[in-house]
Amino acid sequence: MIKLSEYIAAIDGENHTPALDPDEILISGAYVSDMLSDVMGSAKPEQVWITIMKHLNVIAVASMTGIPAIIFAKGHAPDAAVCDKALEESICLISSKHETFDLAGTLYKLLGK
Amino acid sequence: MRVSAVVRSEVMPEYRFVAEGFEDAVRKFEEQKPEAEVKTQFVIPEKDFNTAGKGSSELKNLLKRLGVDSVVLRRIAVASYEAEINVAAHSKGGIMYSTVYDDLIHVRFEDEGPGIANIEQAMTPGYSTADDLVRELGFGAGLGLPNIKKNSDAMRLVSAAGSCTKLEFLIYFAKIS
Repeated sequence: MIKLSEYIAAIDGENHTPALDPDEILISGAYVSDMLSDVMGSAKPEQVWITIMKHLNVIAVASMTGIPAIIFAKGHAPDAAVCDKALEESICLISSKHETFDLAGTLYKLLGK
Repeated sequence: MRVSAVVRSEVMPEYRFVAEGFEDAVRKFEEQKPEAEVKTQFVIPEKDFNTAGKGSSELKNLLKRLGVDSVVLRRIAVASYEAEINVAAHSKGGIMYSTVYDDLIHVRFEDEGPGIANIEQAMTPGYSTADDLVRELGFGAGLGLPNIKKNSDAMRLVSAAGSCTKLEFLIYFAKIS
């Protein structure tokens, strides 16, 4: 497990939900998918979700699945309504300019896998 | 042994599933119909993907307050959210009815059609009839019904082309010993 803040630093991430402290969120891995039902079927709590989807339903999916943070790849940034909803659900939203492959690889390395 | 089959009844095709070990508990529940602790009801409008999910979200909060275990809570939330999205994506709208009992939750969805032409196909992972709008949102992977089944202790789906669809599932709060 590592702190989400360590991962954010490693991927030059931007926190779109600054009210949530990434120092307090522990993560054990990631699930990478843009299909929402696939995420609900297979992602586990304590995993971040790496995706390029950034509409409102993404927050609902993360909330139902128990995902603590979403990492938006390739510079995709969520709009204000999505950020507000995420705050309500205590889900941390991070965007990074890096591509999905690199985002997953960086976390893999950080976790010492 | 897991019990699941599409039953061709005289009325409407029906898919039933009861998870291993829950056969007696489910039969007892269906026979005795215990008294409900809490009942809620939500309207799910057609193709409204912002409203769809509200029912599951409220249900999740309610059960969290009641102290339901987080692993069980997640299963209930996922099954219920998938079902809400199904109603919004595939029907002319419907209603979600949740009934909380002492030891389990029963969630039922009834929509206004147009029904499922082939239930067996609909239950197959990867099979989807979702339109472009639904797919653009990232739904339509053909995993909704399989996910509901996977997370339920019992599930029943009744539908036919040109009819309403009824879907219900039971999830127990604790493992049956």
